[in-house]
Amino acid sequence: MAELNSMEKHMLKQIADIESVPMGAYNIRENGKGIMRQTTANIDIVTKQDKPGIDIHIKENTKNESIHIPVILTEGGFNDIVYNDFYVGKNADVVIVAGCGIHNSTCQTAEHDGIHAFYLEEGAHVKYIEKHYGEGDGSGKRILNPETIIHLKKGATLEMETVQIKGVDSTVRTTNAVLEDDTNLVISERIMTHGHQTAKTIFNVDLNGKNSSTHVASRSIAKDNSTQEFISNVNGNEECFGHVECDAIIMGHAKVISTPKIVANHIDASLVHEAAIGKIAGEQLIKLMSLGLTEQEAEEQIINGFLK
Amino acid sequence: MLELQDICFTKDGKQILKHINLKIDEQKFIAITGPNGSGKSTLAKVIMGIFQPTSGKILLEGKDITHLSITERARLGIGFAFQQPVRFKGLTVKDLLNIASGEELKFTQACDYLSDVGLCAKEYINREITAELSGGELKRIEIAMLAAKKSKLTIFDEPEAGIDLWSFQSLIHVFEKMHAETQGSIVIISHQEKILNIADELILLTDGQVEKIGSKEEVLPLLLSSSQVCSRLKKEDY
Repeated sequence: MAELNSMEKHMLKQIADIESVPMGAYNIRENGKGIMRQTTANIDIVTKQDKPGIDIHIKENTKNESIHIPVILTEGGFNDIVYNDFYVGKNADVVIVAGCGIHNSTCQTAEHDGIHAFYLEEGAHVKYIEKHYGEGDGSGKRILNPETIIHLKKGATLEMETVQIKGVDSTVRTTNAVLEDDTNLVISERIMTHGHQTAKTIFNVDLNGKNSSTHVASRSIAKDNSTQEFISNVNGNEECFGHVECDAIIMGHAKVISTPKIVANHIDASLVHEAAIGKIAGEQLIKLMSLGLTEQEAEEQIINGFLK
Repeated sequence: MLELQDICFTKDGKQILKHINLKIDEQKFIAITGPNGSGKSTLAKVIMGIFQPTSGKILLEGKDITHLSITERARLGIGFAFQQPVRFKGLTVKDLLNIASGEELKFTQACDYLSDVGLCAKEYINREITAELSGGELKRIEIAMLAAKKSKLTIFDEPEAGIDLWSFQSLIHVFEKMHAETQGSIVIISHQEKILNIADELILLTDGQVEKIGSKEEVLPLLLSSSQVCSRLKKEDY
């Protein structure tokens, strides 16, 4: 098995919070190729034959296991598209950590489009953590366009944490979810953009099952001349509950567009959308300054807390 | 310890503070009272540096702090509890107590500050300072923060407002404990007689001016007569 070099370790730390080979099942992909893989008795990882990517099969009743599938791009001029499909067996309860880090020191664009599909069988529970990160002093763009597809069968639940804090020049993040009876989908998104970056998020959730529910919470900070767009479409097609919450802080000359859409197609669908965009409130800065912080320290505290 | 010399403050063409002269000595417990709109909160904000006086001087322990920033005044030992506490999405009660005290508090220390204001640390310490907390809870957290800050001079702007469910006696106990522990001065803006009762000295502010500085017996009758309410209401209220 190949050893990870210091750059690879650094990128893994940023996107998956691991400094070396993780425990449990994993598949590490670098510049379009799988470089390391491990399966377990309950989790199998198979390379797709028809297109780039992997199928991950998690046996029913698998408990307390984790799967890491980080992707690293260290070369410019590279457009990596990968399809990863997760088949999660009945009543399994696992943690899946994905994410992509781009280190681009070249003047050419580096792009990764990760398409992740989650098929959860009855009663399965998944915690899915996804981080996106870019760095490098080259003028080449760092582009990430992740797509997440979620199918929840009766009684299944999925919690998704998606974070993009730094260094990604352009991103379109799409999530499409279909929920059956007694399911729950919780999505927590944190985004920060700066410079001339653009970030667009689209959440489409179909609440098709009786007693299905979703809670989508997005918090973002747009700095400098960056632009963010948040689009949510939650369709209540049965007796269900949906709550979408979008909060954004704008700084400098940034721009944030929030387009909420909730559609109730059933008399017992209960849907709520809350959206707020604004700069850091002056009274928040004053309060923290009156506790001894400088204006800059106060701003950092507010931003760090907001994105926590 | 704090001296205001001929402080005036004008906003939007209206003179809100008019030639305020007063001294707050060390280890004193002072109450500032007066009718609504008399300039009490503005005076507190001028002391904290949130508003710059139009003219006049502010001295803290003999040092001229008139042109110092809020941060510099906070670091020199002035603390201010807002009348309407600020909400912070993302920051927790623990975060604010840590910022206020200037160190990472141990759970037991945070527990001491919170239990003094009638809140259970286990329940509150990781709660975010958002609209999910009631006005009364926010008010008590604000007081706990100021207790953790341990300032030489702490100003509370109407601390009793909105804390009905918690006993007045407990609030007074917090002030007394703080007073004893920090050996600092406490200034409370209040209308509440129970709070005015425990002050060493009362300052009556009327129409932006210091009308009277003295004991409760000297000041309270003047407060009643300066009130804008009609005589019948006064009779019923007092």
